Amino acid sequence: MFSGLMLTAWESASIVAVVAGVVGFFIVLRGSAFAAHALPNGAFAGAAGASLIGVDAIVGLAVFSILGALTIAALGRRARHDVATALVIVLMLGLGSLFLSMTTEYAPQIYSLLFGEVLGVSSSELVPIGVIGLVAIAAILLMYRPLMFSSVMPDVAAARGVRTRRMEVAFLLVVALTTTMAVPVVGALLIFSLLISPAAAARSFTSRPLGAMGLSVIIALATVWSAIALSYLSNLPIGFFVGSIGAGTYGAGRGFSAWRRNRQASPRQSSQTLQPGVAG
Amino acid sequence: MPQRITLDPDMPLRARDLVGLGIDGQRFGLPLPSTTRRKQVDDMLEAVDATRFAESRVGNLSGGEQQRILIAHALISRPRLLLLDEPLANLDLGSEQEVVDLLARIAREQRIAVLISTHDMNPLLPVMDRIVYIANGRIATGTTAEVVSSESLTKLYGVHVDVIHVHDRILVVAGRREEALQHGDTESIVELV
Amino acid sequence: MPGFLSPLIEPGFFSNLPVQTALVVGGVVAVVSGIVGTFTVMRGQSFAGHSLADIGTAGGSAAFVLGISPLFGYVAMNLMAAGVMEWIGIRRPRGRDLATGIVLGAALGLAALFLYLDTTASSTTGATVNVLFGSIFTLPASMVPFIAIFSVVAAGIVLVMYRPLILTSISADLAIAQGIRVRLVGIGYLVALALAVSLSAVTIGAILSTALLIGPAATALRITNRTGRAAVIAAGIGVTATWLGVLLAYDSYYWFPNGGGWPVSFFVVTLIFLGYLVSQLRFSGRAVAQRRSSAAQAP
Repeated sequence: MFSGLMLTAWESASIVAVVAGVVGFFIVLRGSAFAAHALPNGAFAGAAGASLIGVDAIVGLAVFSILGALTIAALGRRARHDVATALVIVLMLGLGSLFLSMTTEYAPQIYSLLFGEVLGVSSSELVPIGVIGLVAIAAILLMYRPLMFSSVMPDVAAARGVRTRRMEVAFLLVVALTTTMAVPVVGALLIFSLLISPAAAARSFTSRPLGAMGLSVIIALATVWSAIALSYLSNLPIGFFVGSIGAGTYGAGRGFSAWRRNRQASPRQSSQTLQPGVAG
Repeated sequence: MPQRITLDPDMPLRARDLVGLGIDGQRFGLPLPSTTRRKQVDDMLEAVDATRFAESRVGNLSGGEQQRILIAHALISRPRLLLLDEPLANLDLGSEQEVVDLLARIAREQRIAVLISTHDMNPLLPVMDRIVYIANGRIATGTTAEVVSSESLTKLYGVHVDVIHVHDRILVVAGRREEALQHGDTESIVELV
Repeated sequence: MPGFLSPLIEPGFFSNLPVQTALVVGGVVAVVSGIVGTFTVMRGQSFAGHSLADIGTAGGSAAFVLGISPLFGYVAMNLMAAGVMEWIGIRRPRGRDLATGIVLGAALGLAALFLYLDTTASSTTGATVNVLFGSIFTLPASMVPFIAIFSVVAAGIVLVMYRPLILTSISADLAIAQGIRVRLVGIGYLVALALAVSLSAVTIGAILSTALLIGPAATALRITNRTGRAAVIAAGIGVTATWLGVLLAYDSYYWFPNGGGWPVSFFVVTLIFLGYLVSQLRFSGRAVAQRRSSAAQAP
């Protein structure tokens, strides 16, 4: 379970989990779940195109997810863009299927790109995955305060001199980097789960922003490690475990906050219970 | 300060974190823990009487409590002028009075000018110094006593307006053409110095 | 067939049984998707439709494991997912995106499991492609009656509830004031949506079915601001794109690289996207302003 190829799998998946935990925290905070869903789908076409013309998959992933991030940032200028973005997602998936239909390894390739293939990462790919991960985390830590400010109160942040538009673009680019490094490991369709679930669960357990971010990383690591172990032992695909453990932790988080609210509400009939949205 | 800020109750952010963003939220990097920073936040929380819920999740606070935290957030950067857009909107009567008292106290203690825009000046009448009354595309300006009188408001609206004193409150009642008041095209800018 | 069409339409196109089935099924499904999709776009639920489509992959792949037609898997899974979404939506409007996303992740995880089981059980890899990207040419003719029944039900629900649907789309409060049972209308609509998504999934694949559902409808709503006319135009665009897609895919057997043929779904999706793009450029601004003002006057 810890030798050769598997060791590479553990290492790559751990890097992905740490980055997903950090970046996911801000995705949930900013409510950009949609972008986190769209970018990996677009990257799928990139990876497929790269395999068609014989380039390294990571190049295709990087090019398409960065282009995707810039497209979403541009579309975001208009108020309602859900139709356009949904259509672009689908077009990218269609393009990916076209590219792959032209290669000889149609179906297995589709499967591993969409649902992940943790054993498909070679030790030579660890270096680019690690470097991209470091860049993503460094960028988030550097932007932490203005990113937090513009997520919580965009108008006030803009008034205080935060370039909120630039923050948005920079953040989407970080999501693009995360996508690039994570697609080969967990797959385009399940990165979403790894980005959202740990962060969403973490914020049910703590009110401290940095604490929630750290907890999100821990939950992401726990998710990925148990997914690999279970996948190794049961011989079932890793994506299945990532998806269901993610849903499980989110459910546990919601359950915990509901329980805590009930406990708090009974002795202290204060302002909290008066707010309709909170009590429900 | 904008009129309405919605804070998600699921957001992992304590009241003190939001006030802290007022110090250096626009700067890059992580907020490093420092005693001066913590003291600054604690003092400000105390100034707005919010120490009690400093550790609570900001989205879970009531409207009045949130308003106090937002005022603390705005004040911590030591502004000389505090601009507030409808700070009393969506507040119940009790919280409304608390926020008014807080603003008056801050204007006095911190020696800063507070400029408020509001549709309903009644709760502010006891504390405000000067008013700019905007109605029907015209303005009247001066002290409270000068502007809020039957005579000047009648001139402003072009219909008869009564200003009635009940206890220490003042009620503005329009004559026959009530639309002007009811459609809310009046806006007062109130200044506390 | 007139001779001048032969460079365009490969010989044997219309006499080929799979092609005939594809044309019939594609046409019927495109009409239903156009009608239901018009309301999906009007209600601003494009993302719900998209999520439903992704969630459906779990149902389709489970059907493969059980050895039944994926259509039944899609229908069962999508109806279930629509039920869950309705339940979540009523109880907790806030955080709905997040909850939908988590359910979506879990469903895709299940899809990964089932597709893996399909691959190991049958030692073929067809299921993955079939479920995700559709394969209308391999659709057995025996499925046509079922597709017809589901289509009639989906279109029937929308047509029966036509006026309440419009009203609830504009304002739920207005509809309640008029005595409409908004929740009932919402559930009926979600059933129609689940069926339409399932039918689209059979035609162009589960994760691409969003295109057929919302693409033509969004284009139609750019062109006209009347709901009824938009539904008809959407159906027309959908049918055109699907038939052209089938034709081009049939032709593409002789294109680069030799022998494989390009996926039908790719053509359908691309055609729909191009249509949307053209309508964006042609009708941008004006139609939106008109639609806003008409929506405000409609009740």
